[in-house]
Amino acid sequence: MVAGGDVSMKIDELPRRSSLLPGNPSCQGCPHAIGLKALSVLENPVLIIPAGCTTIIAGIHPKAAFNVPVLHVPFASAAAVASGLAASYRKEGVEASIVVWMGDGAADIGFATLSGAAVRNEDIIVVVSDNEAYMNTGIQSSSTTSWKARTTTSPGGKSEEKKDLAAIMLMHRIPYAATASVGYLPDFINKLKRASEIDGFRFIHLHSPCPPGWRFDSSKTVEIARLAVKTGAWILWEYSGRFRITSPSKPYKDGSKRVPLEEYIKTQGRFKGLSEEDVEEIKSKIEEQWKFLLAFEEIFR
Amino acid sequence: MRTLLTGNYAVAEAVKLSRARVIAAYPITPQTTIVEKLAEMVEKKEIDAEFIRVESEHSALAAVYGSAVAGLRSFTATSSHGLLYMYEMVWWVANARVPLVMAVVTRTIGPPWNIHTDHTDLLTMRDSGWIISMAENVQEAFDLTVQGFRISEEAGLPFTVGMDAFQLSHTAEVVDLPSQQDVDAWLPERRQPYRIEPEDPVTVGCIGPNEYTAKLRCNMAREMEKAKELVNRVDEEFGKSFGRRYGGLVEEYRLEDADYAVVMTGAWSGDAKDAIDMLRKEKLRVGMLRLRYFRPFPQKELRKLLEEKEVLVVDRDFSMGHMGILGIEVSSAIGDITNVIAGIGGVDVGVDDFKMMFRKFADKKLRKIEWWPEEMFL
Repeated sequence: MVAGGDVSMKIDELPRRSSLLPGNPSCQGCPHAIGLKALSVLENPVLIIPAGCTTIIAGIHPKAAFNVPVLHVPFASAAAVASGLAASYRKEGVEASIVVWMGDGAADIGFATLSGAAVRNEDIIVVVSDNEAYMNTGIQSSSTTSWKARTTTSPGGKSEEKKDLAAIMLMHRIPYAATASVGYLPDFINKLKRASEIDGFRFIHLHSPCPPGWRFDSSKTVEIARLAVKTGAWILWEYSGRFRITSPSKPYKDGSKRVPLEEYIKTQGRFKGLSEEDVEEIKSKIEEQWKFLLAFEEIFR
Repeated sequence: MRTLLTGNYAVAEAVKLSRARVIAAYPITPQTTIVEKLAEMVEKKEIDAEFIRVESEHSALAAVYGSAVAGLRSFTATSSHGLLYMYEMVWWVANARVPLVMAVVTRTIGPPWNIHTDHTDLLTMRDSGWIISMAENVQEAFDLTVQGFRISEEAGLPFTVGMDAFQLSHTAEVVDLPSQQDVDAWLPERRQPYRIEPEDPVTVGCIGPNEYTAKLRCNMAREMEKAKELVNRVDEEFGKSFGRRYGGLVEEYRLEDADYAVVMTGAWSGDAKDAIDMLRKEKLRVGMLRLRYFRPFPQKELRKLLEEKEVLVVDRDFSMGHMGILGIEVSSAIGDITNVIAGIGGVDVGVDDFKMMFRKFADKKLRKIEWWPEEMFL
């Protein structure tokens, strides 16, 4: 049962057609394959995909896994290519929802590109489907990998902090920024819908637990995505003129309502062998993040 | 209309008259004034275009890739480190077969920091699938830019106009500027192999079997080969409309009866021509074959025009561990040559240098690979 009000959605409100076709080559339990279905709510989508897992999911020539236009582009270039498309469509009066769908890898290497496009307030939607490591190349540490998470380039656990990409993007003074989770698809769909009604640069940071990357069973993607929210480790919020913690995360403003963090951590191989002190440290980092976002909610009412 | 323009402003005028609709560029000396001029034209609505103020050269070429793929005539410009920073996109744009035009104001590569001309930056594009041209003067930089849109759109390959830092980019020369009407009549509507548009579920650039990549490269190679005829035809048709013909892939200067042929490219060819005129008066039969294009490479013209001549290739660039890059290229077509490396990092090479150089060449006093002037490198 999903907590909260506007996350519920009637079946007949869900998109009838998926722009991602069945039989695509995503892994079992792939969070991108879940998230990509939500794009179907957009009118006239044009998809820009930099290198990453979704390059594979998009299919192998002569077959294609999307029934919408797709432009594959180099790793760091996506938001700039999208800017060019947007300029042309604007000049020609073409109606389109240009969506850049990238992973945390493309967001790392293309961070300047992303920042530049945000500063120019380009008329595009950027979704960073964040599985918290470079999964397509085999689980290497990224800016958004959690502290202490084991990856192939941090075999003893990541020693650096996790970057709050969505908050950084918000600080570009863009008209729309939000976080979302593949565990709460109706919430993501609603955010995409709201984003699509706004002009300018729109950013959604989608939390996407990866079974092979985080080492959990592929049947548990949604469950783990929800545990991230229920434990307060991933916080859902939205900014579009005002900042608010959104429904699925609302109950967990109150720390006592949160599911114990251990429930989330113990399900994942990447956190295997964490000491009690480490877990306490993670809890205090989560607490800090809540303080930060609640202060935001207070400021941008 | 005859008017006084620097190379950079002439290129900006050519972009305007070619009715480019999207321009994205990041400033770098000595290309900056192209970008500034175009931004000003867009703001004053002298040109019906969007100007995207990108945060890097990588994004400059990425943005015009996007706008060109969406169907609009697009332009960018860069130099040296900017070109190297966008290098990934240079290849992507070519392999994606997207027509667009880029000006490269040639500048040496650091360290040390140095903003002056040599041709090493432009020549890094050699194998990427761009049609690569190089201007001798401001008028030619203008003409190549206008022709570039036509050639690029007909070949389905991107086109670059090279011109030397400062010697052309910042030097004002008298230019014959055609009217908008005349350019409109000469330059056809944009065409391109495909477009990315909403509701047309085309996928471009996806993974494919290895044979798919190989076939695409072979098609590209064939198209590049066909572009030789295209370049020559466009040069001829441009001549008919505007009264200026350059000779297509190569320009011949007092070459036919020459015993000694000099092969070179870029702005300094003008000084070398003056030296040739002087030496001719001294009864030394020197001529020039000026490379207007590096790609596609004019092997056939070289073999025909340089037959039974002593050939000196003057390079303003060098391939470390080998020889001058034009030297390599020309040897691949005609075999034995003498190669002078000069003007690296913008070192001034004037008419007197060329006179002395060509005289030494005729007297067989140059090494096979000679760094010029010898005394600088003792």
